Amino acid sequence: MWAYAVRRIAIGAVLLLALSLVTFVLFFAAPVDQAKFACGKICNNEQIATTAKALGYDKPVYEQWGNFVKGIAVGRDFDMTGAGQTEHCAAPCLGYSKLNAKTVNELIGEAAPISISLAVVAVVMWLVFGVLLGIASAVTKGSIIDRGIVGFTLVAYAFPSFFIGVFMLKFVAIKWGLVPYPAYWSIEEGGVGQWLGNLLLPAFTLALLFLASYVRMTRAFVLESLGEDYIRTAKAKGLPRRKVLFKHGLRAALTPLVTMTGLDFASLLGGAIITESVFAYPGLGLLTVQASNAWDLPTIIGVVVVAGAFVIVANIVVDIAYAFIDPRVRLA
Amino acid sequence: MEEKFLTVEDLKVHFPTPDGVVKATDGLSFGLERGKTLGIVGESGSGKSVSSSAILGLHRGTSAQVSGSIRMDGTDLLQLSNSEMARLRGKEIAMIFQDPLSAMHPYYTVGNQIVEAYRVHNNVSRKAARTRVVEMLELVGIPQPDRRIDDYPHQFSGGMRQRAMIAMALINDPGLVIADEPTTALDVTVQAQILDLLQNLQKEFNTAIIMITHDLGVVAEMADDVLVMYGGRAVEVGPVREVMTHPHMPYTWGLLTSVPDITADTSVPMVPIPGNPPSLLDPPPGCAFHPRCVFKDQVPDNLCSTELPELVQTTQGHLKRCHLADPESIYASVVAPLIDPATSEEN
Repeated sequence: MWAYAVRRIAIGAVLLLALSLVTFVLFFAAPVDQAKFACGKICNNEQIATTAKALGYDKPVYEQWGNFVKGIAVGRDFDMTGAGQTEHCAAPCLGYSKLNAKTVNELIGEAAPISISLAVVAVVMWLVFGVLLGIASAVTKGSIIDRGIVGFTLVAYAFPSFFIGVFMLKFVAIKWGLVPYPAYWSIEEGGVGQWLGNLLLPAFTLALLFLASYVRMTRAFVLESLGEDYIRTAKAKGLPRRKVLFKHGLRAALTPLVTMTGLDFASLLGGAIITESVFAYPGLGLLTVQASNAWDLPTIIGVVVVAGAFVIVANIVVDIAYAFIDPRVRLA
Repeated sequence: MEEKFLTVEDLKVHFPTPDGVVKATDGLSFGLERGKTLGIVGESGSGKSVSSSAILGLHRGTSAQVSGSIRMDGTDLLQLSNSEMARLRGKEIAMIFQDPLSAMHPYYTVGNQIVEAYRVHNNVSRKAARTRVVEMLELVGIPQPDRRIDDYPHQFSGGMRQRAMIAMALINDPGLVIADEPTTALDVTVQAQILDLLQNLQKEFNTAIIMITHDLGVVAEMADDVLVMYGGRAVEVGPVREVMTHPHMPYTWGLLTSVPDITADTSVPMVPIPGNPPSLLDPPPGCAFHPRCVFKDQVPDNLCSTELPELVQTTQGHLKRCHLADPESIYASVVAPLIDPATSEEN
């Protein structure tokens, strides 16, 4: 299994390199003069050239990319203060954002805990409610309860998250005052209660988006599993209905959910762009939006590579987890 | 009718559907003593499996309507509450399924699943149950049972899986075992071993077995009595030797002539039964078999297509459901030569 993991990680690293190269190429393929954009509207050609040089945009794409890769491998030196003195950015260095006057590592280090907190709370919410509602809906198949659950989640799914987010802010937080107006508190600053309380609304907004598909998937998997021969065997043994459902039915039904959850969770770690924007949560999603609007190449590349790494790692973790969940799976 | 260990009377299993009522089993009666085997034979959709599921109460909680009576040791199973029935399942009545790979849960070890079957009816520790399961696996002929007990079903061969299923079924020493085509999914060489095993265990535990199959060879080998089903009804019932040598119902003849015989002269054709099994939603009027029956013209007044024949006794314990006046002579002159040409020459 270790050989398998090492091989997968090596492939993942190659993928990340390719991902960063593609991002570089796309960035410079855009019909925008990035240096002019960074310099501002009133810059003359000379000033634009100086800006391009300062940002490193004057060098060929492959050289810039090579420097980026070098930064990750051994670190890089940047003129961070603009006073001609270089400072070392230790490996793995994702670059230096002149616009933010911070290294990209610092920017991501500040934003990532926020996105991760949001993703963790959201994933717990949608898993708990999604699986419970899915099971309830499967065992009452065809009844009013089943239709109600499926209908409700579809309606929730149909609303865009910016609508639900704004609705939550306007009514739940402001008008009814049920929860404090959400602002991110880290656990060190405010403790678990403060952290969680402020995350409830944005996490719920995010979870509602995923809830519908998890309810429907759980429902379908449970129904499929309950039709299997081994369920008949379990009944024929004389097991009580509860045990037939929870021990035999769910065990098989929940396996495919592990894959879905792992991948959805990983994509959220890279930032929930809309939800973070609506709630002004300075996570990776908001950082992405700001960096894209400002054509801030180092930050964009950094976020892309980190988000990509989350997805690749999650894929590997899910595949390895499968070997433990399903005894028939052997990794090779 | 004297009360046997298992007495099924007028069992009906009907499934209401939007298109009408599907009468999967329509008035089935039979009896079975401890230590004896009843073979139930018929095509797919003749009601074999549905009837046996009804004995186990597996239709409870579905839309199926089950009526009649199923008495085991004097208790009418259809009158029991769901929880009373659950207590009998696996303890007094156990079932062996056709495909042991899909009938076992892929995510639990074989031992875990058998231990579960034992502990649900016996208040013993996990350790004691495990010891018992190892004994049981040994009994059904699994080598190194103390090690194989921790294997998953996919690590077993087909024959071993079926042995494990048999161990699971017999671990609580049930009075009745329903074996639903237990050898259909297995290699022929393994089939014989499994049947042998079942027979030996039956002697040891004095179990009554209902053997559902469409393989007449299995019936001849295993069963004491045979019940031939067609379209949800019994069409011929009797002791195996009697039914095999003196069958009275053209459907039984069809089953016998469509069995390939390796010793037979290749010039003797295998005669399949023409047509398809009847629709259970809209069964043919009269005898359900008449659209496929080549002898229906020998019955006067189109009786076959208008009136359902009663199940009547021919000889002691041998019942048939057929209008033919003299089936024995038709069988001897027309059907028997198709099965074994040698007999007709002797006659």
